[in-house]
Amino acid sequence: MKKKLSLLERMAAVPHIVWIALFIVGPMLFVLYFAFTDKNNQFSFSNIGQLGNYSHIFLLSVLFALIATAVCLLIGYPLAYFMARSKPSTQRILMILLMLPMWVSLLIRTYSLLVLLDNGGLINSLLKAMGRKEPLKIIGTGFAVVLGMIYDFLPYMVLPIYTSISKLDNRYLEAAADLGCTPVGTIFRVVLPLTVPGILSGVTMVFVPSISTFYISQKLGGGKMELIGDTIERQFKQATANAYHVGAALSLVMMILILISTLIMNKISDGDEGGVLV
Amino acid sequence: MKVFSKIYLVLIFLLLYAPILVLIVFSFNEKGSFAAYTGVSLKWYRELFRDSTALDSLRNSLVLAVSSAAVATGIGTFAALGLDRMRLRWLKNSISAVTNIPMMNPDIVTGVSMMLLFVAVGGILQTDLTGFFSMLIAHITFSLPYVILSILPRFKQFDRSLREAAMDLGCTPAQSFFKIEFPHILPGIVTGFIMAFTLSLDDFVISHFVSSPDFVTLPLYIYNQTAHKVKYSMYALCTLIILAILVLLLLVNFVSGIGARGKRKKEIA
Repeated sequence: MKKKLSLLERMAAVPHIVWIALFIVGPMLFVLYFAFTDKNNQFSFSNIGQLGNYSHIFLLSVLFALIATAVCLLIGYPLAYFMARSKPSTQRILMILLMLPMWVSLLIRTYSLLVLLDNGGLINSLLKAMGRKEPLKIIGTGFAVVLGMIYDFLPYMVLPIYTSISKLDNRYLEAAADLGCTPVGTIFRVVLPLTVPGILSGVTMVFVPSISTFYISQKLGGGKMELIGDTIERQFKQATANAYHVGAALSLVMMILILISTLIMNKISDGDEGGVLV
Repeated sequence: MKVFSKIYLVLIFLLLYAPILVLIVFSFNEKGSFAAYTGVSLKWYRELFRDSTALDSLRNSLVLAVSSAAVATGIGTFAALGLDRMRLRWLKNSISAVTNIPMMNPDIVTGVSMMLLFVAVGGILQTDLTGFFSMLIAHITFSLPYVILSILPRFKQFDRSLREAAMDLGCTPAQSFFKIEFPHILPGIVTGFIMAFTLSLDDFVISHFVSSPDFVTLPLYIYNQTAHKVKYSMYALCTLIILAILVLLLLVNFVSGIGARGKRKKEIA
């Protein structure tokens, strides 16, 4: 039986629809507009044509983000697994320990890493005290930038994986053991396939901020590592208004890249759920 | 295996906390250097509190977080109600898809797109639109998906026959909504508000693009201060923020722990 809705119920979403039309769809249209016009507001493909100049920056960003994501997964999966397998009381404490860095601003976490690794930082001061003349150059290398990404985003990988491992029905593991699976075999043949959705959401949560970061590369790259986020940031915050058009084109490409990878991810995780049902 | 897992946990958490701990320890170092720990002092804290822009930015952050969370929760609650009642599937799905764009997009793209909106519209109107209101609009926009996400499931879980029962017993439709359905969704509204509040407090990237120098929030202040050389009063500020978050987290955990225990007691009784 369908009930008649009151006027309020029918109209309740209207303010929200107006809001998202103005402030989500509107800005997207402006990105499109700026990406396809030149500084005289004439329609042109010149911004898109210039994107070729940035291909090496794009490649470097993708490479760094991929390495950071892979390392986070390699470190984070065992961490999540061991967390989920520890005593409930320990789990509560570990959860707080994991959440705390997530709540602390990214700026502070990155800055604290800079404090540690800088030329006048703690590590180099210790090395100097131990008799090393030249400071060890860490800041300004690709290593420092990738390390920053791993350090900043590791908790985002651990949390969804931890959630999906804790939800796992213990009877699956017992069944696997009863049927002769070794403990290691159980992890690879039972736990890992069943937690793919958690892995995928962790991968997204690390990859997206890694590929779009500009603060990490600014701080830890020492101005020598330019990633796509830095390029976009510079076009909008430091250059003149004319640079907005190229910046918009770069943002558009980034948005499409992320959209495609999200769609692929969704496809994989959907396919997997189907597989489990069979 | 047991020993290995313990060592692994301790090692990773130590690495995760080492930089933060170093920051905290050296915020109390009298001499502003890593070369020597010359003694515990609150010098950098005094310097921080002498800096009125730091306190202003904290106040700005709180004002912005409370107001954006309040508006986002208001719009989001009505939106969730509307979406729950909506029968047109395609409309419902497309509204959800558009709402979630800021959640899927990298922050930098959201920030840039909003900046272009304010710059372009400001150019037409011949005024500078960036400042408190541009940040308020941006923060409301990126909080909305999280608010709706925490309220909508509450509507879905609600058993509508309860409302019909209330009306059979003499409630008007409005009474049945406020007495029966609203208390059920209230926890979702509270969660949504808290989430919007913390997201707003924490946001740097989107604010970076839509802000103007005359309304600086705490993350923007930290960004400006750390842009050039190392400042030890920043160590002090970061330490205070970390401690505040730790206290809040412990408090939330403690309160929810009591709540869970209370519930268990009630069930036993």
